[in-house]
Amino acid sequence: MNLTVKVWRQKNSKSEGKMVSYNVKDVSPDMSFLEMFDVLNEDLISKGDEPIAFDHDCREGICGMCSMYINGRAHGPKTGITTCQLHMRSFKDGDTIVVEPWRASAFPVIKDLVVDRGAFDRIINAGGFVSVNTGGVPDANAIPISKIDADAAFDAATCIGCGACVASCKNASASLFVAAKITQLALLPQGQVERASRVEKMVAQMEAEGFGACTNTGACSVECPKEISQDTIAKMNREYYAAKASSKNL
Amino acid sequence: MTKLDSKIPEGPVAEKWTKHKFNLKLVNPANKRKYDIIVVGTGLAGASAAATLAELGYNVKAFCFQDSPRRAHSIAAQGGINAAKNYQNDGDSIFRLFYDTVKGGDYRAREGNVYRLAEVSVNIIDQCVAQGVPFAREYGGLLDNRSFGGAQVSRTFYARGQTGQQLLLGAYSALSRQIGLGNVKMYSRTEMLDLVMIDGAAKGIVTRDLVTGEITSHAGHAVLLCTGGYGNVFYLSTNAQGSNVTAAWRAHKKGAFFANPCFTQIHPTCIPVSGDHQSKLTLMSESLRNDGRVWVPKKVGDKRNPSEIAEDERDYFLERKYPSFGNLVPRDVASRNAKEQCDADKGVGSSGLAVYLDFADAIKRLGENSVRAKYGNLFDMYAQITGENPYKNPMRIYPAVHYTMGGLWVDYNLMTTIPGLYALGEANFSDHGANRLGASALMQGLADGYFVIPYTVGDYLAGIGPKAVDKNHPAFKEAEDKVKAQTKKFLSIKGTKSVTHYHRELGRIMWDYCGMARNAEGLTKAKGLIKELKEDFWKNVKVLGEGEELNQSLEKAGRVADFIELGALMVEDALNRNESCGGHFREEYQTEENEAKRDDDNYAYVAAWEFKGEDKAEELHKENLKFETVKLTQRSYK
Repeated sequence: MNLTVKVWRQKNSKSEGKMVSYNVKDVSPDMSFLEMFDVLNEDLISKGDEPIAFDHDCREGICGMCSMYINGRAHGPKTGITTCQLHMRSFKDGDTIVVEPWRASAFPVIKDLVVDRGAFDRIINAGGFVSVNTGGVPDANAIPISKIDADAAFDAATCIGCGACVASCKNASASLFVAAKITQLALLPQGQVERASRVEKMVAQMEAEGFGACTNTGACSVECPKEISQDTIAKMNREYYAAKASSKNL
Repeated sequence: MTKLDSKIPEGPVAEKWTKHKFNLKLVNPANKRKYDIIVVGTGLAGASAAATLAELGYNVKAFCFQDSPRRAHSIAAQGGINAAKNYQNDGDSIFRLFYDTVKGGDYRAREGNVYRLAEVSVNIIDQCVAQGVPFAREYGGLLDNRSFGGAQVSRTFYARGQTGQQLLLGAYSALSRQIGLGNVKMYSRTEMLDLVMIDGAAKGIVTRDLVTGEITSHAGHAVLLCTGGYGNVFYLSTNAQGSNVTAAWRAHKKGAFFANPCFTQIHPTCIPVSGDHQSKLTLMSESLRNDGRVWVPKKVGDKRNPSEIAEDERDYFLERKYPSFGNLVPRDVASRNAKEQCDADKGVGSSGLAVYLDFADAIKRLGENSVRAKYGNLFDMYAQITGENPYKNPMRIYPAVHYTMGGLWVDYNLMTTIPGLYALGEANFSDHGANRLGASALMQGLADGYFVIPYTVGDYLAGIGPKAVDKNHPAFKEAEDKVKAQTKKFLSIKGTKSVTHYHRELGRIMWDYCGMARNAEGLTKAKGLIKELKEDFWKNVKVLGEGEELNQSLEKAGRVADFIELGALMVEDALNRNESCGGHFREEYQTEENEAKRDDDNYAYVAAWEFKGEDKAEELHKENLKFETVKLTQRSYK
């Protein structure tokens, strides 16, 4: 099939960007969306034009590196997958596809479709962990955990940190990302000691990074490639109020 | 001629590590902060090492080329992690895990290293649970285990099909904590492009900031390469797009020996190539072989729809050839047999490079819902990629490059032949011999990072003393200039063919002549082809854009240049090893039943290669493997 692809081109974080239109010919329905971009880039190189910069790595939906906003939706028209798992059979001959980077002031564009998601790392650095050093820990089976809690913690822990939640949110809120980590650790006995301080620190860092507030529209959860539930945000809010009510950080 | 001292401690295998730990020198707590340690790569080995060393009090600088340390390719591991916990009371022990690993590796790994790996495996699980890694659990609240290829006990811990992700996020959280505390300085989107040596020891690295293009250097008392494997030398593999050999290769060119480069693992159950556009291959967990039956049509060139091929016209070749293990033979055996069928023109699908993995019997026996409960996510993944329904039609599978057992040569302390330069995880060669067992890669990465390097690096540091490395030493400027010159060179060639073109060509050569089966004639041919490709690359490669900006073609050009050189060494190594063992199958050396035939008298050694200069033949050094505990036998799965 033949397609028209309109792509955001921006030389660097300081220059202005614009949409540029390209024709891509002989696209196979078996190609992944990123392979279609590979073909387009090879074509650009052969013509002496600079290829389009885009983030990608594992190409199997788990590293969280790919990040395209396709036809107004994070990771494209299907749910529960990342851009690298989207195949061209989801499009038809003659389609025009619009591709933009994640749009959020906390995720500045570096070049073309590549953005800086360092804010996510800084939120985890602020408290998204259990403070245990290597060695000196108890035997693994000395900490029994109910299967229900373990499975729920796992569901939250599947977050790949791609940022689709932020890109999909009209407020560019990072609540789903932060809530996923808080939920995972709040459900587990290992996370209890730092339960209150963790949510305080992570929420404070989230706000410092310039993400918007959550207004519970639920777009984040719909577009999340790992389908992390919006319930985690409610959980985060409960954790946050409980922590503030009993805060030792006054 | 040998310069290799493996430093394996004397004494019974079970006491070596304990004794060795006691003999290692210590650095006192107040002095630790005077040492700088550089960690390259933030996968399981790198993240666990960086976090643990920072906890001990060292100054750590960590580097990764991805935009976040959480994205290293360890994240993609599916199946699980082995540990000799014996929680199932089914007869497991440290000794049994050790034995299975040495045997699975076809007796080409070091006993001492493998025993230590089995010994610390139990600590890894404790550590990960303490971090909040959500492993699968039983209803009683205790940890669940599953069985895996090459073992008769259930010792594999798992987190659904995403064990690698959960373990990496555990190590990443420990690393993040140290970054937040200021004990680790993290450099993301930064690639190591050379090693800095002063007086024969590793004292720093040269890096390129992938966003600004700035080339700079970092000094340290020790450098740890935790940079993963080199499967992407084949172009198509299950590795991430960015996975590369550059850091290890450039260290090799500075004097670190490269061991057993031809030992690569081909995984049997991957989704086949669908066309020239293919950029990577996706693996599906080998657990599918528990219920799926592998077959091809009996008739050569039979292109009928599988549903039209009657039962008596099908050849269930694994069940036929290996009645006792059937579809559950180890990875290398399963892969080689699939290739054999396709070479005989019995392959299926449009390319003819696939065999069927059929669940019809399992669905009949267990019902579709039971099969869905067991393998649902894998079936979904297959449907997603191929657009076909595996509940109705048999899956098509084909082997793909998955893991590299070879890597930088290291001694028992994980130090390479360059003092102060260490290699951890898949980047080193030490623990898996000629074939790695499933669920052992995660174990090795974390063993090296959490429980081995924190002890062994101290011994070296205590020896050299805490005097700061002189950043004004000319070696830094020299190494930087060399990297800058290479960048300039790539941009100045202004040829006609893209970097990807060369990568794809290299991959074809490697797969055809140095893949699942090799022979002297093909390998000799490959030598010539790679030489021609290298010449053409440096004359005609086209890299657009500039050096001082984000430039993905430029990044890739450096990586492909190194892959081409590594490819040549892999071929050399495969030619040298006149035997078959594990993943290395030389067609000239097979039993009457077409199985790998080892030559323990002549090849029970580690082949460690020394770089002697551009375009010069590398020199082979041999480390003879001593088997004091395990008796060498011929593997049989009949």
